Amino acid sequence: MTESPSPPAASGAVVRVENLRVTFPTMDGDVHAVKGLSFEVPAGGALGIVGESGSGKSVTSLALMGLHRGSRARITGAIEVVDTDVVAASDKKLRSMRGNDIAMVFQDPMQSLHPQYTIGNQLVEALRVHRPQVSRARARQRAVESLERVGIPEPATRINSYPHEFSGGMRQRVLIAMGLMCDPKVLLADEPTTALDVTVQAQILDLLDELRRELDMALILVSHDLAVVAGSVDEVIVMKQGQAVERGGVRRVLSEPEHPYTQALLAAVPRVEVSRAERRAQDRADRAERDRRVSGGVPGGSAEPAGATEAAQAGRERADEARTSAVSGAEPGEGLGEPLLRVRDVAQRFRVRGGTWGRSSDFWAVRGVSFDLHKGETLGVVGESGSGKSTLSRMIMRLLEPTEGSVEFEGRDITHMAERELRPLRQHVQMVFQNPYSSLNPRLTIGESIGTALKVQGERDGRKVRARVQELLERVGLEPHHYNRFPHAFSGGQRQRIAIARALILKPKLIICDEPVSALDVSTQDQVLRLLSELQDDFGLTYIFVAHDLAVVRQVSDRVAVMRKGEVVEMGDSDSVYESPRSEYTRQLLTAAPVLDPDEARQLRAERVRMQAGGIA
Amino acid sequence: MLTYILRRLGAGLLLLAVVTMVTFAIFYVVPRWAGRTTEQLATMYVGRAPTPEAIQATITRLGLDQPIAVQFWEFVRGIFLGAQYQFGRDTIECSAPCFGYSFQTYQEVFPEIVARLPVTASLALGAGIIWLVGGIAVGVVSAVWKGSVFDRLAMAVALAGVSLPIFFTGLLTLAFLVHAWGLFTTPRYVPFTEDPFGWAQGLILPWLTLAFLHAAMYARQTRAGMLETLNEDYIRTARAKGLSEYKVVLKHALRPTLTPIVTIFGLDLGLVLGGAVLTEQVFSLNGIGRYAVQAITQSDLPVILGVTLFGAFFIVICNLIVDLVYPLIDPRVRIHN
Repeated sequence: MTESPSPPAASGAVVRVENLRVTFPTMDGDVHAVKGLSFEVPAGGALGIVGESGSGKSVTSLALMGLHRGSRARITGAIEVVDTDVVAASDKKLRSMRGNDIAMVFQDPMQSLHPQYTIGNQLVEALRVHRPQVSRARARQRAVESLERVGIPEPATRINSYPHEFSGGMRQRVLIAMGLMCDPKVLLADEPTTALDVTVQAQILDLLDELRRELDMALILVSHDLAVVAGSVDEVIVMKQGQAVERGGVRRVLSEPEHPYTQALLAAVPRVEVSRAERRAQDRADRAERDRRVSGGVPGGSAEPAGATEAAQAGRERADEARTSAVSGAEPGEGLGEPLLRVRDVAQRFRVRGGTWGRSSDFWAVRGVSFDLHKGETLGVVGESGSGKSTLSRMIMRLLEPTEGSVEFEGRDITHMAERELRPLRQHVQMVFQNPYSSLNPRLTIGESIGTALKVQGERDGRKVRARVQELLERVGLEPHHYNRFPHAFSGGQRQRIAIARALILKPKLIICDEPVSALDVSTQDQVLRLLSELQDDFGLTYIFVAHDLAVVRQVSDRVAVMRKGEVVEMGDSDSVYESPRSEYTRQLLTAAPVLDPDEARQLRAERVRMQAGGIA
Repeated sequence: MLTYILRRLGAGLLLLAVVTMVTFAIFYVVPRWAGRTTEQLATMYVGRAPTPEAIQATITRLGLDQPIAVQFWEFVRGIFLGAQYQFGRDTIECSAPCFGYSFQTYQEVFPEIVARLPVTASLALGAGIIWLVGGIAVGVVSAVWKGSVFDRLAMAVALAGVSLPIFFTGLLTLAFLVHAWGLFTTPRYVPFTEDPFGWAQGLILPWLTLAFLHAAMYARQTRAGMLETLNEDYIRTARAKGLSEYKVVLKHALRPTLTPIVTIFGLDLGLVLGGAVLTEQVFSLNGIGRYAVQAITQSDLPVILGVTLFGAFFIVICNLIVDLVYPLIDPRVRIHN
């Protein structure tokens, strides 16, 4: 929306941005990261800025802090924070604004605190840089209060701890406490929960909301996830390629989005209330539609974004019809004969070194997990970090040897099988990893990366390998001529497609997907999930889908296992686990899952507060 | 923490024991593999035209005909309890700690090394401080003003420093700064206790020459580390707090940058303490390095062995100190329990 700058400043605006443009000069010409953005935040108000990677939302938040100074970025337009003209102010004036009038909370709490100073030191510094007259002792006392305010237990002793002694969620609290030291009027949170688990995410969002209300701070919440901002802000700006494509009250934007991009974005957000059957039916309908268009050449079918959205909507309607039939029709493999994979009471123990004389203690990463998995089925494994879900998948891959229990694949016990015997079986079980940036060798062309496995399994004919790889590249939505390109030439979503092609090359029976979409933007995430679903239809694949995102897991899984501290707390078919959870922990996870409806989000927040008050958390 | 110290100490002692064994083997076992006979080995301890009797006497005196394990045992025992050598009718006393006895100079090795230690230590410590401070300062300024004239100039000089050997820079400084222009006095060693000013004056040129080589490396290391650290998220946090650039660089960015440099410094200093061979030779300073050179030219085995062990000892000690200091610099290394 390249509309004219927003209406004249309402009195009491603490942040005012007018026609902001941020340009980075590069060798290939200027990159316009932000193109004419305007907005205002009133005192005590809350604004959400939402967009996918590359939309310019983080560039905007850095510009608000004047953190582009000293870099090559060119900034034009007006930015006013409280009473500082951020674009024109002297460095000194700008520094007196940072941390004092506007405080920032960053994305990665693991990296955003200095590892070599105690948190007390860092908090005291944040206050004394702006109020040098405050004594050290007084500043320390204030730091303790601030830590207490954000919910750090035993703040008076914890103040002497170093960042690495805190968990991710606690570190984010420390960063927020640091932001509060000077009573800023604006708190700017850039993806404050992206690196955190769902329940921790909910806690941090609750805290931000509470602080905003109690301290009458304005909040600017920047996120790629509409569901994260839904319950916490009054107003939303949706950014795409440096521009605000939509803005308005959070209720209006989320319930009646006007811009096709917002609509597409909303459609792509996985919803925890949508069942596997619905989603699958819709994917199939969309696919049929797409195939029909390609062959039939429906006029206007090439208008991509709008067309896709239409298709999505058409598909959704059809999905509703299909739902009944899909639910009644038995899914493949249900309760039929020999399972593909049989896991019995597996456990994995790690020895932890430590203690005075290097005595080791035992740590059970996984304990007593059992399940059967039939051909064509998808088992979802949900859990927070440290729940043992990755360890479990590694045991099934036999990258780890289970300490106890057994794993049978197609009736053969592979629990303690020697590597030599295991090798021919390896082609039947493949894995897709979380981080598409580090799971592909940067020095190999993607063709080599994908083809290697085929060569390892004994294919000598180079031409055959190439042909097979190219066929697969096409199948996962890439071009055959990409064969000779290196991974850096691809986006995150494309890389994940490459990783999927690599897993498929050996025609496996079982694919373990370990957080395959958690590093991707929502729309890319949606595409990859669709691809996985199509491949399952085409090749009759069986999946184990490991993820922390409850909504994603529900949509892809026939059955779901909820893990906590190495144990399965609940397992069942996904609809019943999600709709009537038996375990308290599952219920807790579900209330923590971000939802798109602002009213529901607030309701869930109230429920979380109640649960916490009841001492369940 | 105590456990950590004990564990490091134990590891250090073990390492020294292994070094002793390996060094001993290099001098007493490897030559035999190469086909040297006991007699030939013994010849090295006797004068120019040895008689067979003299050789035989040397063999029995030094126990060269004993099994190698016994010889090693005798050597280790000498370190702790001292040793005696029969020399004709005389008995030569090599008091503990006996790191061998030179039959060419008729002197015990250990006191000789200890006597030369002040020279080498003065050289190493002085140069170490100069290269550490100088290298880090240049590196920090270069990183902060990346791409500036200073940066480019400093890095060009640093490249020269890394590539030019001491015997080149040393001789050059001697020729021009001392002899041609007379800016410095001829390097010499005056004990610090006698005349602190003379001590510094006599060593300044060796210090600078030795420091130049190392400072160049430290400057490059610091610059690279600093540039990396300045990109860290916590530096952005520091800026977002409103800290001045001065504080951001000197408090928040410098400390993480120094952490790996401390490790290298420990190694480098240990190396130089074991004898800055080239520097001492070029400036005619009578330190451990020069002692080693003399011993090598004369094939004086006990001295070479002693000096090698000493060098290893210093490296192990410096590493141990680094290990113990490390938790103070980087709290993540601290042991919790």
